[in-house]
Formats: sequence, C-alpha cells, structure tokens
Amino acid sequence: MNATDCLLHMYDEQHDLEDYQSGVPRWCTGCGDSAILAAVQRLCRDEDLRPEKTVFVSGIGCSSRFPHYMKTYGFHGIHGRALPVAEGVKMARPDLTVFVNTGDGDCCSIGAAHWIHAIRYNMNLTVFLHDNQIYGLTKKQASPTSPRGTKSNTTPRGSYLDPINPLTTTLGVANVSFVAQAVDWIPESLFEIVKAAYHHKGFSFVRILQRCPEWLPTSLDPWMQDPNKVQLLHHEDGLQLSAGLSAVYKNQLQHDPSDINRAREISAHEDVVPVGILYRNPNVPCYEDTRQTGVLRTNETIRKGFEAELDKYAA
Amino acid sequence: MNEMTIQTPVRKAAKVAGSKAVVTLKEHIVEIISDSGEGAQRCGQSLGSIAARMGNGIWTTEIIPAEIRPPARSVAGASGNRIRIGSSYITNGGDETDLVVAFNEQVLLGRVRDRELKSGCIILLESMWRKHQDLNVSMSYIETHDRLVAAGYKVYEIPMEQECRLLVSDARRGKNMFALGMLCHIYSLELQLARDQIALTFGKKAQSIIDSNVVLLEAGHKWAQANLDFSYRIPSIHSAQAAEAQIVTNGNIALALGVMASGMELCSMYPITPATSASHYLSEVFEKVGGIVHQAEDEIAACAFAIGASYASKCTVTITSGPGYSLKQEAIGLAVMGEIPLVVVNVMRGGPSTGQPTKAEQGDLMTAIFGSHGDAPKVVMAPATIEDCFYSIITARKIAETFNMVVVVLTDAGLATSQQPFARPKFNEAWLAPPFDQSPVPKGAKPYDWDPVTGLARRFIPGQPGGMHTLTGLAHDRLSHVAYDADVNQESLRARSLKLAALQRTLSPPTVFGESAGDLLVVGWGSTKGAIEEAVAVLQAEGRKVSSMHLRFLQPLPPGIKEVLAGFKKVMTIETNWSDSPDEEIIDESNRRYSSVAILLRSRYLVDIDCWSEVKGQPIKPGTIRRVLLAKLKGVKS
Ligand SMILES: Cc1ncc(C[n+]2csc(CCOP(=O)(O)OP(=O)(O)O)c2C)c(N)n1
Ligand code: SF4
Ligand SMILES: [Mg+2]
Repeated sequence: MNATDCLLHMYDEQHDLEDYQSGVPRWCTGCGDSAILAAVQRLCRDEDLRPEKTVFVSGIGCSSRFPHYMKTYGFHGIHGRALPVAEGVKMARPDLTVFVNTGDGDCCSIGAAHWIHAIRYNMNLTVFLHDNQIYGLTKKQASPTSPRGTKSNTTPRGSYLDPINPLTTTLGVANVSFVAQAVDWIPESLFEIVKAAYHHKGFSFVRILQRCPEWLPTSLDPWMQDPNKVQLLHHEDGLQLSAGLSAVYKNQLQHDPSDINRAREISAHEDVVPVGILYRNPNVPCYEDTRQTGVLRTNETIRKGFEAELDKYAA
Repeated sequence: MNEMTIQTPVRKAAKVAGSKAVVTLKEHIVEIISDSGEGAQRCGQSLGSIAARMGNGIWTTEIIPAEIRPPARSVAGASGNRIRIGSSYITNGGDETDLVVAFNEQVLLGRVRDRELKSGCIILLESMWRKHQDLNVSMSYIETHDRLVAAGYKVYEIPMEQECRLLVSDARRGKNMFALGMLCHIYSLELQLARDQIALTFGKKAQSIIDSNVVLLEAGHKWAQANLDFSYRIPSIHSAQAAEAQIVTNGNIALALGVMASGMELCSMYPITPATSASHYLSEVFEKVGGIVHQAEDEIAACAFAIGASYASKCTVTITSGPGYSLKQEAIGLAVMGEIPLVVVNVMRGGPSTGQPTKAEQGDLMTAIFGSHGDAPKVVMAPATIEDCFYSIITARKIAETFNMVVVVLTDAGLATSQQPFARPKFNEAWLAPPFDQSPVPKGAKPYDWDPVTGLARRFIPGQPGGMHTLTGLAHDRLSHVAYDADVNQESLRARSLKLAALQRTLSPPTVFGESAGDLLVVGWGSTKGAIEEAVAVLQAEGRKVSSMHLRFLQPLPPGIKEVLAGFKKVMTIETNWSDSPDEEIIDESNRRYSSVAILLRSRYLVDIDCWSEVKGQPIKPGTIRRVLLAKLKGVKS
C-alpha cells in the first residue's frame, strides 16, 4: 500500500462496533467494566478511530483486561505501570490515539507515584480509572479508595483509614488539565463524559465509579437507588443534559469547568456523587509537544551532529 | 599563636635552574588531589588531554570523594585525577602513583593510607599550611610532612597559593592552572598545547578568564623550571595507531556517543551515580539530532517509559546503576515476555543496597543474567574498554531489534570516569536503526509466529494495519491471547530461550591473549581487561606460560570456550565482585562462594576453575594481578 492508497482507504473506511470488539469479556455478570467497555467501543465507532492507530494501555487487575476486548492495539503490562508505558508510547508516537485503563489499586496504590507525575506531564492520554473501591482480581482486599470500614480479606474487621479521593488528589497536582467523574450505571452520561475526555487534548482523567458485584455487591446501592444522590454537572462550556437524563436525575448543578476552586469543593462531596466534567483547561501544554526537538531526523542530521561531537573530543 | 610553629624552618625546593638533565621515562603515574572545588579534576583532565595530544598513551582515573562537599582538608575528601602517561598504548590505570601534586596534606594522607602512592614517590605539596594561623592546621601539616619525609617520600614544599596571589585575586581557584604549568614543565609538554587546552576548556567564558588562566599556567611552568631539580620526558607512541585520528573520552561519554550513533531516539532515565553523567551529556547533545532524554519519576517509570516507546517505535535505551537496576527488574521481565527490544545500561557501582555509589565493582553480573522472576532470557554484554563502551551500544541496539530481546550492557564506575584516547569512530549509516515498519501485516500473520528452530518472530508495531493485538505480560499464545492451555507456556518459554541460542551461534569465539596452551589461563570480563593483559604480558615476557581470555558476551557465552579452557592446566577468573577466600577458617569446597564468571564457567564447562576477586572499590591494579597469578602458578608443575 502506498501513501495515497492509505489516504483513500481512510476515507473509505466506515467502522462498525464489531470492528472494535475482540473476544468475550471474562468479567463477572453485572461488572461495571462491561458498561465502560460498551461506552468506549461506541466512542471508537462514533469517532471512527482507526483500529491500527489506537492503543489501549493497562496495568494489572480485572479492569486491566480491557485492552484484550478491543480490536485495536493493546498493551496489558504490569501492575501499576500503565501510565509510564502509555507515556512512552505517546512520546514516541504522537500520531497514535492512546487510552489507559487502570484500577484503583493499579493507579492509586502501587502506581500512585506515576499517577501524580502523569498529571504533571499532561500528555495527550485519555485515562479511565475503573474505581470499584476494591482489589477485584486478587479477591477482595481493601484498596486506597475503599471507604473506611470496608470489610475485606485483609481488613476483616473493617478498613482502618479514610480513602484517598482520586478527584481532589488529581485536582491538586500541577498542570492538571481535565478531571471528570462518571458512574457505570448511567450509560448515557458515561458515554458523554468519555467522549468529552477523548476530545480534550491533554491528560484526561475520568474516575468511573464501577460496580463490583462479586466482592462489594451492595456498596454502591445508596447512590444507585436514590437518583438524588447523583448530582449531574452541566454548563454551556461543559455537558448539556438531555431531557431523558434531566427527568430522572433532578439533582443538577451548573458548574463552570474552568473554575478549579469550585471543582475542588464539588469533588470533596461524598454524600452525593458529582457526575460530569469537574475541570477542564485546554491551555496546559502537553509534555510531548514541549519536548519536540524540531529537528528532522535524517541519517545526515545524525551524522553531522555526531561528527560535531567527535570534534569536541579530538585528541 | 605558637612561636615554635612559625620558626620551624621552611624547606623550600632548592634553586637549581639550569643544572638538571631531562630523564627519559617509559611511563609515569601522576596524581593531582585537592579538596573538592579546588579544580584538581580539571587540572588532571587537562594534563591528560595535553599528553594525548603530545602523542602519549594515557589513562586518566577520577578520584572522587563520596560526598559532594566533604569538609575541607579531610582525609577521605581527596578529589582529583590520576593520569598514567606512557610511551605505549595504555589500557588501564596501572599500579601506584609516581608523582603527586597535593593542595593540602590531609587529602594526601588519605591516598597514603589507601596505599595508592609508590614508596618514595615525589610529592609536590602546597606549603601555605605550614604558617597557618590555626595551630591545629599548622601542627598537622608539619607532622604529616615530617612523617612523609621520614617514610622516604621526596617531598617538595611549594608555595603555590603564594605565587598565584602575586598574579590573581582568587588564588585558591587559580592554583590548578599553576599546577598544570608545573606539570607541563616536569613532563616536557608543549606549553602551547596547554594554552590551547585552556582556550578549549574556558571557550564559552570571557577572554579575561582565559587570559588569567594562561598567566597562571605560564607562572607555574616558569616556577618549576627555576626551582625544581628534576624533569622528565615520556616519548610519544610511534605507531600506525598513534597516527590515526583519536578522540579522548570517558566511558560514559562514549556510551552516550554510542546512543547517538546507534540511531536510537529516546533515552529514559532517573539520576543515579555513576551512570548519570552519560545522561547529562546526552541531555545536552541528543536533541541536536532529534533525540530525547526523558527524566522519569523513578527507575520503574524510566524502564516502563522506554518499553512503551520501544513497543511503539524503534528500540530505546534506559541507563542506570545498581539500585536503579534492581527497581527495573519487573519491567525488564515484561519486555522479555512481550519480546520488546530494549537496551538497558547498568554502570555498576559497589553493592549491595546503596553500597559504594562512586566506586567500581562487577557485582551485578548474576542479576543481569538471572534477574527478574521466572525464566527471563536476555542478552548480557560487557564493554572492556572505553572504545568498547561506544561500540557496544551500537551492537546492543542491533541485537535487541534483530532478536526482539532485552540487551543489558554492563559497564562500571571505573570505565565511566576513566579517560582514554581511541581511534575516532568513522560514522557508518549501517549503525543506525532502520525506520520502524508501518506496512500492513500480511493476512493470517500472527504477532508471535515463533520460528520452530530459532524461536524468532517478527513484531507488529502499532500503526501497522492488520496487526492489531494486545501485547501482554501474561503467558500468551501465538495470537498474543492469554494462554490457559497447558502446552502454550511450554512453547513460549522454549521460543524465548531458543533466541539466545540463535544469537550464540552468530558469535565468534573469544580470542586468547598469548599462547593457546600453557600452565594458566586467566579469564576476565568488563573493565579489568587492560590490567589483566598487562599483568599477563609481563609474566609472559618472563617466560611464564600464562594466557588470558576476556569475555565480551556473558549471556549467551560465545562458542569455543571449552576448547580454549582445555589448553591449560589451570584456569582462574579475576573479577571485582565477591568471592570467599579458600583460606577462611570455615570455608571449604562445600560452601565456598565463587565469583560470578567463575560460577558461570564452572557450571557450563564442568572445569574446576578457581577465582580471585577484590571489592575495594578501585580498579584492580596490574601489579596485584601479577602477584595473584604468580602465587597460582606456584601450584602448577610446568
Ligand atoms: C507487583 C505486583 N504486586 C501485586 C500484584 C497482584 N495484583 C494483581 S491485580 C492487583 C490489584 C487489583 O486491584 P485494582 O487495581 O483495583 O484492579 P481491579 O481488579 O479491581 O480492577 C494486585 C494486588 C501484581 N500483579 N503485581
Ligand atoms: S471481581 Fe469485580 S471487578 Fe472483577 S470482574 Fe468480577 S465484578 Fe468485575
Ligand atoms: Mg479495583
């Protein structure tokens, strides 16, 4: 295929959902990861992403199986290190669309250092934190986002510490450029948020409250059963609410995504779950752009640069 | 103030101008040491460069205190440089020092205690301390001075600072150029070359700075001419090699130049001694050819970042030292499992744990070969010279991409900070990584289509239409699907292991230094090559039947080694890592821990190979090796 063919091919191609689906997900019935997968596959189709130019990078955990169920390129790496792997991919290949799927243990515990620094690098990545507030794959241990008192195999009498709030944490780091929260049980808003995250250029961090019926079957019930405990964020510069959503979820809040202080206040709420875009700043530079050398790499540039260095060390 | 101190007669170097003959030497080892920040490093480096330009063989070794700013005048605080200058090609730092310039007696004392100075060596000692107003300082100076004289050292007290003060305001900082001037006289080096060197060193600074340094240089030269009763000449090398264009660098600069010349585009790292200077230099120059140095948040991230970039484009490199190397282990295993090309450089330092950050050791070989859990076959190579540091990176990149493997390059603090001239590399486009494949993948091709004989599979790179798959660190089949089938794990481990054998078959047998049969064969690897061969050459010249063999590839070991071993009555390794001495009260053959290469060779070739090793943080001296080999030879019936 030559370059022109390639272009033609691109315009010809219209992708269906099946073009992004691979294998049969092995998540438990009712697992919130399935809802996230559906939203993301729909995004890929609607945006007509080229499967060969799209990469899903993950760590280890139930949620990190995600890339295997996408018919794109995928990188299912090691526990906690999804972000640095994804950064390397993006640095080498800014032409690729890179997504990251990471669990609450993966991101907020073993990979916490990378999480903080990834926010600061602000590379153009779309990151989904599948927050089921528990270690799923290793069979129910408390995670850093488990509410205090969560009974698990390592905390049989209830977990001891207050959880980390991934939203306020992310909003506290230099160069933060996009923070949103979604819940897996409202597919329409989940999709809209995933889409907004994809369209933001920079590190788009979406915390998704994800059900784990296997280990914490009732923990999200208070929020699922009472629509008023979900607070939909909307704004003319953020998401607009459909009539359908508005009818069910009456607890709505107009929030300007450029207001970081307000975003931090809203994020700190625990009784109601804010859903929508908390913060967006399209003007934070991306590390991969900052690091562009502007040098066209040819054999000749390398030779010249190399010879110039040898001259410095000539004996 | 104590009157006695002031009245102590000052032994000044005799005025002997004109009455001396120039003595011709084959080689000399010179040291310049000071408190850190007084410029002894620069003086030493400059001396080395000037001598190299004179056509001498040189080897410079940095003398680095463990702390950034140790207290002034402290025994462990010596900072400086050691330069071995010869009339033949020099391959190592050599034995003890012949002449030392010391800016205070305390740093000198440290060197004496470390037994780094030849007995009776010449000491050019800053004399200002004798009249120091702090009684403790002057007493300590006088005491040390007297003891050194009594011990037979030829001590010349030189008022360096006083002389400099006549010319510049900040004499403490300019002294190093005065010392350089003295050394240029002592070794009959052309003063113009020294002026050029100053211009080169301070090129970016104001002309006035260059001028004042030249004034000090000339003053030192003149002073030495007028006051010292000796001077030397070390003839230059007369050989084809010397006629070729040369460059002088240390091992880390050579590594970084290798990265540039290999066509790699990304180096990901986290600062750690003694590896960092390679990344410092690369940070300065890599962008000029479109490369990037990424300083990650830690070594795990540095390795993962490099892996991500390698996976999606050309092979990348991550550079580190011991503790950082340990942190990378899990990620290295991922690269092995995913068959992602990756070059990992470990500039070894003393271990375990934080160990001796600035000192050289070869303690990481076993970790390099066997590190990361499970069976994680990777290539391990060890440059033996500074030139080799350069070429090894190019070779490593090529192997990594040809075999889709992790290639570990082991250098050490010794190579990292030593300088040696070598033939200026002639740029070759074949060194450069080819562009990565973005063509469509043929229908039916699988991401891990392991060749039944070699285990090799071509890799699919994101962007290649039709190649979509999810790379995974889980056991996987040819489609990169997570493998639940019992046979798949067996099959994939086989494939990854066979790749090492496939590489091994392309390697050439190591050459033997000396006869291919004899009483004793010495095996070494990495930075000890120069010292081992020098010791062996001396013994050979004395008629001993000793040869040596140096291994550049440690994993896989090249073919032909068994045949070499068979030619010798005894075989032993010399290494700078730990081994138990058989002389220990509770050590015998059932519990003795051998040094790394000895273990490897013993297990593979079933030969009773002995070892001798030392972990004093210093490169092993050829004289030490000679003594060890002589002792070993005593037990051999010729
Ligand atoms: C270095 C390392 N430590 C521990 C593990 C075991 N482990 C696998 S997944 C996991 C936690 C998973 O929890 P989370 O990240 O929240 O993902 P989830 O399964 O809940 O989606 C742990 C501890 C591992 N694979 N690697
Ligand atoms: S254990 Fe929980 S997180 Fe894992 S697949 Fe089952 S429901 Fe989902
Ligand atoms: Mg979890």
